[in-house]
Amino acid sequence: MKTICFYFQIHQPFRLKRYRFFNIGRDHYYYDDYSNEDILQQIAGRSYIPANRMLLDLIRQYKGKFKVAFSISGVALEQLEIYSPEVIDGLRELARTGNVEFLTETYAHSLASLADPEEFKQQVTMQAERIKMLFDQTPTVLRNTELIYSDDIADMACEMGYSKMITEGAKHILGWKSPNYLYQSQNRPELKLLLKNSRFSDDITYRFSNYNWSEYPLTAEKFISWIADTPQEEQVINLFMNYETLGNLQPSYTGIFEFMKALPRFAFDQGIGFATPSEIMDVHKPVGAISVPTPISWTDEERDVGAWLGNTLQKGAFKLLYDIAERVRLCTDRRLKQDWLYLQSSDHFYYMSTKHFSGGHSNFSPYESPYDAFNNYMNVLSDFIGRIKAQYPDTVDNEELNSLLTTIRNQEIEIKRLELELKKVIGRNEEKLVVKQKDK
Amino acid sequence: MRALMFGWEFPPHILGGLGTASYGLTKGMAKQNDMEILFVIPKPWGDEDQSFLTMIGANNTPVVWRDVPWETAKSRLEKCMDPQEYYHLRDHIYADFNYMHTNELGCIEFSGRYPNNILEETNNYSIVAGVIARTYSFDVIHAHDWLTYPAGLHAKSVTGKPLVIHVHATEFDRSRGKPNPVVYGIEKDGMDHCDHIICVSDLTRKTVIENYHQPHWKVTTVHNAVEPLSPEIEALERLSGVPEKVVTFLGRITMQKGPEFFVDAATQVLSKTEHIRFVMAGSGDMMDQMIRLVADRGIAGKFHFTGFLRGRQVYEMLKSSDVYVMPSVSEPFGISPLEAMQCGVPSIISYQSGCSEILHNVIKTNYWDVEAMADAIYSICTYPAMAEYLKVEGKKEIDTITWEDAGRKVREVYDRVVHS
Repeated sequence: MKTICFYFQIHQPFRLKRYRFFNIGRDHYYYDDYSNEDILQQIAGRSYIPANRMLLDLIRQYKGKFKVAFSISGVALEQLEIYSPEVIDGLRELARTGNVEFLTETYAHSLASLADPEEFKQQVTMQAERIKMLFDQTPTVLRNTELIYSDDIADMACEMGYSKMITEGAKHILGWKSPNYLYQSQNRPELKLLLKNSRFSDDITYRFSNYNWSEYPLTAEKFISWIADTPQEEQVINLFMNYETLGNLQPSYTGIFEFMKALPRFAFDQGIGFATPSEIMDVHKPVGAISVPTPISWTDEERDVGAWLGNTLQKGAFKLLYDIAERVRLCTDRRLKQDWLYLQSSDHFYYMSTKHFSGGHSNFSPYESPYDAFNNYMNVLSDFIGRIKAQYPDTVDNEELNSLLTTIRNQEIEIKRLELELKKVIGRNEEKLVVKQKDK
Repeated sequence: MRALMFGWEFPPHILGGLGTASYGLTKGMAKQNDMEILFVIPKPWGDEDQSFLTMIGANNTPVVWRDVPWETAKSRLEKCMDPQEYYHLRDHIYADFNYMHTNELGCIEFSGRYPNNILEETNNYSIVAGVIARTYSFDVIHAHDWLTYPAGLHAKSVTGKPLVIHVHATEFDRSRGKPNPVVYGIEKDGMDHCDHIICVSDLTRKTVIENYHQPHWKVTTVHNAVEPLSPEIEALERLSGVPEKVVTFLGRITMQKGPEFFVDAATQVLSKTEHIRFVMAGSGDMMDQMIRLVADRGIAGKFHFTGFLRGRQVYEMLKSSDVYVMPSVSEPFGISPLEAMQCGVPSIISYQSGCSEILHNVIKTNYWDVEAMADAIYSICTYPAMAEYLKVEGKKEIDTITWEDAGRKVREVYDRVVHS
C-alpha cells in the first residue's frame, strides 16, 4: 500500500528593528515587536488557525486514518505563545488525537549544524524538551533547519542518538534514484532518511494557483491519480511543506483548503494511506544508502546552502557570529542567552542574499536591500559582542576561563555542602541543649 | 550695489554643498551696508531664511499672462513672496510662451532638484530669468554653477549688466576627467561670455584656466568659509555608545570622494589594533560596492554604514567622531572638513581637495597614499597629545575663516567689473 507522509514546517524569526550605529552600546533591545506581532497574527489568522481546524476535522472524520507531522521552531513557538496562543492550543488538540507527530529541529532555526556541532546539539536537545513540555511527545525524528543535511550532520545526529532524519530529495544527490523510498546514510547506516518528493510537494506549494501551469487547476482527484500512477514499488510519497502554504502562500480563495479536505477521500479510494515519518521509518527497510559530502537544503534550484551562506556578506556575518559561540556558552546571563538564540535564525542571513533580490526586493525580507540587511545585522551583532566581552575580561582565553569558572562552581557547591553540614551540627547541638535543659 | 544672483539650492532644502555655500556667501555679503541681494532659485519652499536677501522663485514667476484674482495669488504665493511682486513680474513678460506647459498662474513648474531632464529645467530657468531681469534693476549678475549660467547669460544680454560666474565644481571634478560634452559646452559658453569667473579654490582655478582655456586675469579664487555653529548644535553631546575611538567618512559615497581608500586604510588600521571603529556615513552609487568590500576584507564587525544623514544628524555624527577623514580624489573645495573641525574633530584630508589650500591644522595625505592615511588615523586615535593639538588648534583656525571675508573678496570683484 502506498503511503502519503505529510510534514508541515512552522517558523517565524524574531525580526530585528532598525538598529543604527548610534544604538551600539546604548540600546540592547533588538527586535521589531510591532512587525513581529503584526506578521504573526496575520499569518495565524489566514493560515495556522484555519489549517489547524481543518486538520482536526479530517483526523476526526477519518477516525485516525489521516495523519500528519509538524516541526515548529522554538523561536516560532515563543512568538506564538506571546502573540497568538490559540495556535498552540489548536496544535495541542491535534497532538491529543495521537495522529500527529512532532519532529525536533534546531531551537533557533539556526545554521549551527554548519559551524558549531556543540551549539547544534544543544539547540536540538532544547527543542526536544520544549516539544515534550508543550505536546507531551518525545520527538524521535530530527529535521534540521531548511532540511539541511550532509554526512557530517549525519554523524552529529547519530552521536545524539537519533536514528531517523528527514531531508530533501535533491536531484544531484539521488541521480536516477527515486525519493519515494526509505534510504539510509552512507557513512552512518543506522541513520534512516526520508526524502522530500519535490515534484509533488511543489505542485501544492508553488504551482497550485498558477494559471500558467499546464495542469491548472489542480484537483484532489488529479493529484491522487498522479501518486497512484507512480511505479508499484514506490511506497512512500513525502509531501513536505511550509504550513503557511495552506492559506497564506496559497490564499484560501485559491481553494487550497477544499483541495486538502478532498485529498484523503480520493486517496482512500485508490488504496493510498497516510502515515507519520517515524511510522514509515519503523515499518520500511532502507533500499539503499546515499552519500552527501556537501550540505543540501530544500531551497533554490541548486538545493544547496547558497541562500544563506552564498555571498561574502553572509559568510562574514556568519563567521563573526560563531566566533563568539564558545564565549556565549560560558555566560550565564539569561537575556544574553536569549539574544544569542534569536540572532542565529537563518532568516537574518537569507535577507542578505543577493540572488533573491533580482527584482530589487525579496518577498520575505523586511529590508530594502541585502546590503541594508547586512548593515543592520552587523550593528546589532557588534552590540551583542560588546555585551559578551563585558561579561569576562578579554585577556583570559576560553580554556582558562572555563577552568576558572569550573573552580568557582565547584567551590560554590563545596560552600553549600559545608553550610548544610554546619546547619546540621548546629541543629544537633541545639537539640542536645534542649534535651539538657529539659533534664534540668 | 544691487546684485541679481541665480542659484539652484538654498537651505534648509539642500542636496549638496552648493546650497550651503550660497547661503553662507550671501549672508556674509549682506554684512556690507550697501549690499542688496536678489536671489533666484527654481523652487523655494517658503521656509528659507529671507532676513538678509530677497528671494524669488522661478516657479512663481509668470511667463504667460493670466488673469489671476488677488485672492488666488495671495493664497498660492504668500508663503514664498509678496503677492504684489507677482503682478509686478507679470507686467514684464517679454514673449509668447503659450506653447510651454504652465500652471494656472502662468508659471513653469520646477523640481528644484537634479532630475533626469535637468537640461530642460536649466533652459526653462533661463526663460524665467528674462522676465526677472526685465522687472528689477541691479548693477551686477552673479550665477552659481553651470545650471544657472544660461540664466545669467540671458540676463546679461537683456540688460547689458556685467556677469560674474561662480564655479563651485566643474564637470571635470564630477566625472574624474571624462566630462559630459553638453554640460562642458554650457560651462564653457558661460565662462567665455561672462565678465569674471570666481573659483572656490586654486585647484578649480587651475582647471578652469587649463581645461576651459580662460585667461588668468579673468579668474579669481575666493575660498569658501563656514558658518559658525548654532548654540543648539554646539550643545550636542557625544551620542555613540561604543568604547572604541570612532573614525568617520562623511559624504556622498561616489567615485569623486574616494571611499575605497578609506576602506583600505581601515583594513590596515584594524589589522594592527582593536580600539578603533570606522563609520561610513552618507549614501551614493558606490555604497553597495563598499559594503561588499568591507565584508570581503573581514572587517565588517568594526566598520559601520549609517545611510544618508540630514541636518542635525550630520552634527550628531561629527560630535561622536574622534577622527574625520576625507580622501577625495578631486574636490573643488569641500566644506565638510571645516564643519568637522568646528565640532572639534581632528581631520585628515587629501591634497586633492581645495580646502587643503587654506587649512593648516589638519593632516594632509595624497588620496592614494593609504598607508599614510592609516598611519595618521592610528596616531590620532592612539596618542592623546596629537588629537588634543589638532582639536584645539583646528577649532581656533576655523574660527578665523569667515564668510564675511569671502564676501569682501567677491565685492572687490563686483567693484572691478562694474567700474571697468
